[in-house]
Amino acid sequence: MPSALEIRESIRSGRTSAVEVCEAALTRIEAANPILNAFHTVDGERALERAAALDARRQEDSHLPLFGVPVALKDNICTRGLRTTGGSRILETWVPPYDATVVERLEAAGAVIVGKTNCDEFAMGSSTEFSAFGPTRNPWAADRTPGGSSGGSAAAVAARLVPLALGSDTGGSIRQPASLCGVIGLKPTYGRVSRYGLLAFASSLDQIGPLATSIADAAACLSVIGGHDPRDATSSTAPVEDYAVSLTGDVRGLRIGVTRSLFGDGLDAEILSACDRSLEMLREAGAELVDVELPHSAQAIAVYYLVAMAEASSNLSRYDGVRYGYRAAGAGTLGELYDRTRDEGFGLEVKRRIILGTYVLSSGYYDAYYLKAQQVRTLIRQDYERAFERVDVVAMPTSPTAAFKLGERTEDPLQMYLSDVFTVGVNLAGLPGVSVPCGLTAGRLPIGLQFIGRAMGEATILRVADAVERVTPSARELPPDVRPG
Amino acid sequence: MLRCRVPEPFSSADVDRLARLARLALTPDETALFSRQLADFLAYAEQVQQVDTSGIVPMSHASGAPTELRADEVVPSLPRESSVEPAPGASPAAGLFKVPRVIG
Repeated sequence: MPSALEIRESIRSGRTSAVEVCEAALTRIEAANPILNAFHTVDGERALERAAALDARRQEDSHLPLFGVPVALKDNICTRGLRTTGGSRILETWVPPYDATVVERLEAAGAVIVGKTNCDEFAMGSSTEFSAFGPTRNPWAADRTPGGSSGGSAAAVAARLVPLALGSDTGGSIRQPASLCGVIGLKPTYGRVSRYGLLAFASSLDQIGPLATSIADAAACLSVIGGHDPRDATSSTAPVEDYAVSLTGDVRGLRIGVTRSLFGDGLDAEILSACDRSLEMLREAGAELVDVELPHSAQAIAVYYLVAMAEASSNLSRYDGVRYGYRAAGAGTLGELYDRTRDEGFGLEVKRRIILGTYVLSSGYYDAYYLKAQQVRTLIRQDYERAFERVDVVAMPTSPTAAFKLGERTEDPLQMYLSDVFTVGVNLAGLPGVSVPCGLTAGRLPIGLQFIGRAMGEATILRVADAVERVTPSARELPPDVRPG
Repeated sequence: MLRCRVPEPFSSADVDRLARLARLALTPDETALFSRQLADFLAYAEQVQQVDTSGIVPMSHASGAPTELRADEVVPSLPRESSVEPAPGASPAAGLFKVPRVIG
């Protein structure tokens, strides 16, 4: 399947139509989804109507940057009139009365929303196994997870069901599944993209971003969805760049920070050697590799989970059986209605995080856990600030392992949390990060390399990731059963 | 520096107290599972207590830039019927949510 930009060009030139492109995407979804479970909701009728309306306005509107491009949305992004569950039983039948800002912006840019992708419940997980609607499978190996929590979006793009999808990233939930599925995943700077209409998990960490088959597509998508939104007070007024112009392939003089001291025991040797090979190619292309230290990274996972669970326990208090979705039957009192709705509506991982978040925010423990974590978070951000005095980007693997087997980590929450070792620091510091495929393991599972930039430094990380894409032959390989073309 | 507090294993009563605060009616199995797992996580999180944070300001926001305030103007918002309509058992026409009897 061609890239999003190639699809737009084909429709623009009249070689194909938005309806034909949409029909082909729906056919692929219908064939693959029974195995992958990448999509939770597909609205073919709505998508085809929208595509036909675009075809009717091709002369006037085909200059739009995503004209006729089929796009999938993680199911925690609100779509007016289209069920939005967040992967939770508690919102199983909820139909939002409004669109998220990113949805308005994608549609204004000519995109066709084809459906909603599966995710861990309220984006809490690293494998998409904590969805109330069953796990998603990895297109490279059906007995493995696609990563998470945006696993449905990553699997849909990897299997070429759609060329582009949105995910959300609170601690790695775009980059890690992108890495495990062999696609591009971009987590923008905190505040770059409006969170209006994103189901809130941890508000100081959440950010929406694209998953794509090429850096050029991810760059085009960010130019569309980025920018200030008066409905999200944390969105930045910094101007949105045309990120495509930074994709020159030229990395001469670029200083890349390498964090060798982070590469501890948990890092798979194949991942390390693939990342090293890519970095060496960048050096040969004129970049400079500089060793940098991020001394507080060892504490990042603990800090991340303390902060994220505290914020989650507060954000999820809104699901009470009164205003949204599921309501427990037969409750005699308001208190019983709250308690039973939440017990019946939430899954195990969400309850686990609510309980822990409630604990760290409770009287007597707040200072020792939450406040302390926010202090160490300051130190983590300062580590990055110091590193960026010496380098332009920081490089590290996205995930310490390739895709793991379904069921392998669900019984041990701490083991699951440790898979986020290379991704959570970026969210804590509010920085942009991108994962780009950089090779395959001997067992033909994708490996991702991550580049982290300064705040609002998306253009630079996209430039270096694009350079990796250009020199990595395996970046163009497809999962088994996916036909090119 | 705040003194580190070594977490004791959670009793079921501790987890029940947290569940009451969080408005969750947990099953006995969930309570037993969480008391073990919360102790495990807090033991792992003890490493945060070892960091010297004297004089370090806690981070309250991921964005360094000051927030842009919007103009204090009345603008259209979601109509009341559309906000109430997705609620279970609601009366959109009356614009009301419905809950079990609270008074008397």
